[in-house]
Amino acid sequence: MNRSIAVVINGERKQVAAGATLLALLAELELDPRAVVVEHNRRIVRRAGLGDVTVQDGDAIELVHFVGGG
Amino acid sequence: MTTAVETIRDEPLTIGGRTFQSRLMVGTGKYPDMDTMVRAIEASGAEVVTVAVRRVNLDRSKENSVLHYLDPKHVFLLANTAGCYTAEDAIRYARLSREAGFNDFVKLEVIGDEETLLPDVQGLLEAAKVLVQEGFKVLAYTNEDLVTALRLEDAGCAAVMPLASPIGSGLGLLNPFSVRTIKRRLRVPVIVDAGVGTASDTCLTMEQGVDGILMNTAIAAAQDPVAMAHAMRLATIAGRAAFLAGRMPRREVAMPSSPTKGMLD
Repeated sequence: MNRSIAVVINGERKQVAAGATLLALLAELELDPRAVVVEHNRRIVRRAGLGDVTVQDGDAIELVHFVGGG
Repeated sequence: MTTAVETIRDEPLTIGGRTFQSRLMVGTGKYPDMDTMVRAIEASGAEVVTVAVRRVNLDRSKENSVLHYLDPKHVFLLANTAGCYTAEDAIRYARLSREAGFNDFVKLEVIGDEETLLPDVQGLLEAAKVLVQEGFKVLAYTNEDLVTALRLEDAGCAAVMPLASPIGSGLGLLNPFSVRTIKRRLRVPVIVDAGVGTASDTCLTMEQGVDGILMNTAIAAAQDPVAMAHAMRLATIAGRAAFLAGRMPRREVAMPSSPTKGMLD
């Protein structure tokens, strides 16, 4: 147990606990799931499904939101 | 919210089934600070406010979501695909923005050149077709080319957005003829997007008869963004009113305004 895996979040390599879901990952990053959109290996994961997706070693995750723009 | 034109009978602006009272749309980028942005948007009277999709800063000490300052109940958030150089990227950003859950509108930009930020019209058309198929209301940022504008309309875009001049340039309306031609030939709303620098540019643009105007830098980079936002609001209304009023014909010779009869001997 407590094995960790490496994932890439917003271009940064991070160690996370094996078996962590996307929802758990957001909680660890102190991000409100309602305030971000999650893309997991190029596929958008709906808010309701964040707890169902377990991250795997080597996964690429993008967490985006709205910023100022024209 | 003040109506677009109070003294002249005007229809509200309808895009993709949504009706807006203000014909001015504003961006949220490049403001000196968020408080100035909020006050400028309020002074502009704009209902449609553009935002960009970017990575969350994982360092939580740097809060940078624009939604921290804007209430989506009071403004209509129009996500853009700014910074995308391929149809594929623009489609990806549009899908992410829709997933935020506010609406299915997107200001589609596919940029083709870094120096001028002019659109890649081929990529734009390709992305527009895909996004329309997926149910998006696409507002396509394009150049002043009529044929591209017609193709974007045929592709099912909810609005076509020709530029006044390059993004952030402040050069004003460089090609009134082309913008007028696009407006005359299209059935969907024509919103001029990008390039105005000051109120007279906005007024002149609206006098061409276009349905609306979108700007960011002209307000955000003014010395007093809140005062400029107010000026742009008035200029949008003035230009629209002048268009509806119908200008006098131009003539190459003078014609006196006062009677020529009744002069003293």
